[in-house]
Amino acid sequence: MRNSFEKTRASRALLLVFVCSLLLLIVSFSTSVSAQADNDSDTPADSILALAAPAPATDLKAFDTDNDHGHSITIEWTLSADDGAGANSVISYRIMKSESPDGPFDSVGLVPLGATSHVNSSAIDKNSEGYFSDNTDYYYRVEAMTTNAALFSSSEIVGPVQSSGQWFNAGLVPVLIAILIFTILTMIFVQLAKKGMDLYVRPLAGIEAVDEAIGRATEMGRPILYVLGLGSAADIATIASFTILGRVAKKVAEYQTELNVPCYDPIVMAVAQEVVKSAFIDAGRPEAYKDDIVHFITNSQFAYVGAVNGIIMRDLPATNVYMGKFFAESLILAETGAAAGSIQIAGTDEIPQIPFFFVACDYTLIGEELFAASAYLGREPELLGSLKAQDYAKAVLLASAIIGILLINIFPDFGETFKSWFEVID
Amino acid sequence: MEMISIWIAAILTLGIFSFLYKDNPLYKACEALFVGVSAAYWAIVFYFDNIYKKFYEGAVTAEEPDYFLWIGAILGLLFLTRLVPKIGWVSRWPMALIVGATAGLWMVGYFVSNAMNQIGNTISNIIARDELTGAIAWGETFGTMVILVGVVSGLVYFFFSKEHKGVFGATAKVGTWFLMVTFGASFGYTVMSRMSLLIGRVDFLLGDWLGILR
Repeated sequence: MRNSFEKTRASRALLLVFVCSLLLLIVSFSTSVSAQADNDSDTPADSILALAAPAPATDLKAFDTDNDHGHSITIEWTLSADDGAGANSVISYRIMKSESPDGPFDSVGLVPLGATSHVNSSAIDKNSEGYFSDNTDYYYRVEAMTTNAALFSSSEIVGPVQSSGQWFNAGLVPVLIAILIFTILTMIFVQLAKKGMDLYVRPLAGIEAVDEAIGRATEMGRPILYVLGLGSAADIATIASFTILGRVAKKVAEYQTELNVPCYDPIVMAVAQEVVKSAFIDAGRPEAYKDDIVHFITNSQFAYVGAVNGIIMRDLPATNVYMGKFFAESLILAETGAAAGSIQIAGTDEIPQIPFFFVACDYTLIGEELFAASAYLGREPELLGSLKAQDYAKAVLLASAIIGILLINIFPDFGETFKSWFEVID
Repeated sequence: MEMISIWIAAILTLGIFSFLYKDNPLYKACEALFVGVSAAYWAIVFYFDNIYKKFYEGAVTAEEPDYFLWIGAILGLLFLTRLVPKIGWVSRWPMALIVGATAGLWMVGYFVSNAMNQIGNTISNIIARDELTGAIAWGETFGTMVILVGVVSGLVYFFFSKEHKGVFGATAKVGTWFLMVTFGASFGYTVMSRMSLLIGRVDFLLGDWLGILR
């Protein structure tokens, strides 16, 4: 009994020792972990504090950006000795700007390591974000940054420097030469056309269909719908469309057919009214012209489409002509026209919309064919001459491409120089 | 309030969709509402953005007035002479300026992007080589050849002074194939984006309105 009691005591003592040891172990382990954690957390700070700031960027230059409209200053520097070399601690450069050499300096840009320049520019609009004015003194410095935002080094301060616009963009000289050549070609061909020279233009199915479609509308006694698209009066496609509208309106006036021109843009509407009015006068039927032939609908894309779709389904025009700039509404309009059984002729320079016109229209003018159409329909010397000049300009460009490819493959250096003539930035 | 907005939007959506069946009074009502609201909305936006904010605050009440804005204002007023038939011809002047000046401005942009840069990008080594090993990079070489043939045949297709016959016609035919492949790819891409618009509307009807989709 006593033996058993002693055994129990001994086992309890052992258990107590074991538990105490375990507790001691846990406490010592947690202390050690905590100490380790403290050490770990101290290490980066200590090491950063121990690190020196990186070497600064040097040879800082700030100057007005050339060949621009102003409001732009270019900053250049030589890389910090610790950028990709030395302590390798630079991760970026921060560009600081002030109106006084004494500051305060504000950040106007951040570029990654390895960069040696930055263009500090703003829009012309005074209300735009980051706007700065021309002919005002500015001072710059560049800060070589590390992973620690507090650890950086500043370059010397440069300035004062002012931005200003240039009247002549020297970078566009190749374009000026090309436009001069094109202008001379146009003048030559216009003169030849005026002298009665027969300038051949190959037939375009879509163009020839216009007259046929107007005739069909007359026979059926149904109107012609002419849609100028969503472009402004300044878009080239809309301008080409005005010429075609003039031709269509003249035929309509001659055949005494009804014409409907719903417009998206008020200025386009005003120009289109003038075009149609002139066409009716040319056709000898000024009394048939009414201002509401060309009318405004709305400046909202899909509301406009909804209204034109309504016109198509209610008036059932015999012919729909879509010429100009079109966007997401192209297929909606063309599908509705197809459902209404109209003959449809479309033309746009918006490449993503051409496939939709292809599938839903009877004739489609692709890109430049729209511009050619105005010359083809009008047969006026000025338009025919410019079309011929365009063809010759294309031939010159084609020859230039072939010559350039040959040069760059046979005489690489000369070829690169030749190529650089065509690489201009607007 | 939100519930009312959702119901109005759903009825208008269904009203516009009803046009797929045929023209009907509900569609006509939706169309009239859409056109009227949008025309009024844009009239107000144009007034505040252009007449009030840009012109009035920029040229009239500003500390340093921008006098160039007066040119725009005068041209805008000349446009209104259309309302008086006797002097209506004056409105042709601002029209001529808008069309002529912007056509001239666009000309430079078009020349740079559609002519000069296009040719600059076409001029490249026909045989492309791997920068590290110097071996022929067949993929890049093929790509260069496709661009070259595409540009040449495409330009020939858009040559209007010569009939498409013989070698010239065959080259133009190749240009047509290039155009059709491009249009086909563009068609597929755009159709998919339109499908996502349709899904958005269906999601609104079944989710926000009917609560079937959660």
